[in-house]
Amino acid sequence: MAKQAKQPVDGAEEVRRDLSGEDPEQLKHYYYQMLLLRRFEERAGEMYTKAKIGGYCHLNLGEEATIVGLMAALTADDYIFTNYREHGYIIARGIEPGPVMAELFGKETGVSRGRGGSMHLFDAGTHFMGGYAIVGGQLPLATGAAYALKQQNRPGVVVCQMGDATTNIGAWHESLNLAALWKLPVIYLIVNNGYGMGTTVEEGAAEPDLYKRGAAFRMHGERVDGRDVLAIRDAARRLRERAENEKQPAILEAVSFRFRGHSVIDADRYRDPEEVKQGRAQDPVSMFARQLSDAKIADDAWLKETATRVEREVQEAIDFADKSPDPKIEDLFDYMYATPVPNTPGREEALAIARQAQGGR
Amino acid sequence: MPVITYRQALNDTLGEELARDERVVLMGEEIGKFQGSYRITEGLQSEFGKQRVVDTPIAEEGFVGLAVGAAMLGMRPVVEIMTINFILVAIDQIVNHASKIHYMFGGQARVPLVVRTPSGGVGQLAATHSQSFENWFAYCPGLKVVAPSTPYDAKGLLRAAIRDDDPVIFIESLALYDTKGEVPQDEDYTLPIGKAEVKREGTDITVVAYSRMTVVAMQVAQNLEKEGISVEVVDLRSLRPLDRETIVNSVKKTSRAVVIEEDWYSYGIGAEIAATIQEGAFDYLDAPVLRVAGVEVPLPYAAKLSQASKPGAQDLINAIYRSLEGGKRWQK
Repeated sequence: MAKQAKQPVDGAEEVRRDLSGEDPEQLKHYYYQMLLLRRFEERAGEMYTKAKIGGYCHLNLGEEATIVGLMAALTADDYIFTNYREHGYIIARGIEPGPVMAELFGKETGVSRGRGGSMHLFDAGTHFMGGYAIVGGQLPLATGAAYALKQQNRPGVVVCQMGDATTNIGAWHESLNLAALWKLPVIYLIVNNGYGMGTTVEEGAAEPDLYKRGAAFRMHGERVDGRDVLAIRDAARRLRERAENEKQPAILEAVSFRFRGHSVIDADRYRDPEEVKQGRAQDPVSMFARQLSDAKIADDAWLKETATRVEREVQEAIDFADKSPDPKIEDLFDYMYATPVPNTPGREEALAIARQAQGGR
Repeated sequence: MPVITYRQALNDTLGEELARDERVVLMGEEIGKFQGSYRITEGLQSEFGKQRVVDTPIAEEGFVGLAVGAAMLGMRPVVEIMTINFILVAIDQIVNHASKIHYMFGGQARVPLVVRTPSGGVGQLAATHSQSFENWFAYCPGLKVVAPSTPYDAKGLLRAAIRDDDPVIFIESLALYDTKGEVPQDEDYTLPIGKAEVKREGTDITVVAYSRMTVVAMQVAQNLEKEGISVEVVDLRSLRPLDRETIVNSVKKTSRAVVIEEDWYSYGIGAEIAATIQEGAFDYLDAPVLRVAGVEVPLPYAAKLSQASKPGAQDLINAIYRSLEGGKRWQK
């Protein structure tokens, strides 16, 4: 028998919520954002197979509701640290798809000026503090950002996103202990898609109810349906208020399904095809479209129009990335050090490397 | 000029920088209530409070990474790692994060962080508590690594490190903490990171050293002067960036070089210095560049074995003799 796709908290297959108290325009905007992330990632996967994107590329497919719901709960004061599966987060935070795609293409116009790539997106202006590609690496950093907010008496909280398997690494335990001990305004968001690469949550964690793993630090934790944009938004808002006003850190576990392999090059041979089929059937984007339709908030014409708009915006992002210039070799040592000191390589050394790259000596 | 200890120079500097810049915060294990395992932070918590001099749990990866994140938001943390042996559990945060954040994100974030830690061995601290890992950090672009040898240098480089906007690994030495030297008390001086210093001029041979080994080299140079051997001592001060020019210029003058280092022989700082010399002064050399370094064993506890495994003055003297005997100039 096929393994059951991971069920959300209430066990329901279809997300159904009362939308009557909601602002219809806001809901439509959530849908637009979710669809934008969906199409951005699908097209990014396609660009990878066309070798426009190099290195590793991890997609947010299936996690759109979690991302959009989270960002809806945050304010401009807040800071976000994520892992390497973060394209959707920076877009939902407000960055245009163009510079994000350009970063994936390794272009000078990319959000990290082509120095970071898919796994290392950054935008100082919106407090998007980076995608980090060492599992667990972002946890101490985010905890430190929360420490700085508290020390400097600044408003806002820090959200630290991670995958389910990150809860097994040492940095998780050290960070949570420090956050709880020092009462820091930080929310640890676990995106539980059931798998750390090919290892299931149950195969890797002695306590597979991940939101309970803060118990050792007396830290509050909650699990929500990661396919339900409003559930995520409401939980994140609540935990955010608590973190900001009471300086109480928390864990938010969002359960969703990873639509494809761990990264674009992963053939996904370790998952039962039936499980994948079931998981994809519970698609957060199309479920939300059905909800909006049923509630008469969005009609077919609007949904179609939104799909066309998203298609165009993603195509524009690809065109922008394509046409953008590569970083110059003579700029190779730019950003090496914030404070210049003697005996560090600079423009002259970079020019020599550029000459060699062009076949000179 | 007043004569103070290396420890006092560090303590004074930390206190002065805490007073000068409210963004500066000290963090580490036992640095506050306990006054510091080696008393470098003595008195600072009572003077500046628990918010500025922060006692951490034993969680190096956690609090070093926390300091990196706080630095990204504009604080200027100075972290103490009790000894460099314990830094290994925090190396991911230093090498994979602190060193790369400015470059990898296209210059959008800075990490003004100092990690202070004593390296090397003293007494019979044995295998896990006597190691030198500064070369591991000097290897990594994006970091700055300094290793002062005197109280004067310690003060000038620590000030520079705290005021620098990049992550700086500040290498100290247990055996240097009680050494003394002249330090001006009212002068707000810094020393440039990335510059070596010719600590003593000489004409027959260059000895390249850093941290405690500079002190050994200076004593040896003084003793050999009585035998008519003129030793030039180059103190690296900074391991990254490395001041290759000062090293090469010295060897062009003396035509011979010995490196003395407390780390293990293979893949150590001395290997980099030897390579630098052959690249920059090959035609000037009258003898092979020699290295005096730690014997490659997990440092044994037994006093006799431990002593035999560590580099010292006699090893340096022997290497200098070998270098001089092996070349033309000494034979003339």
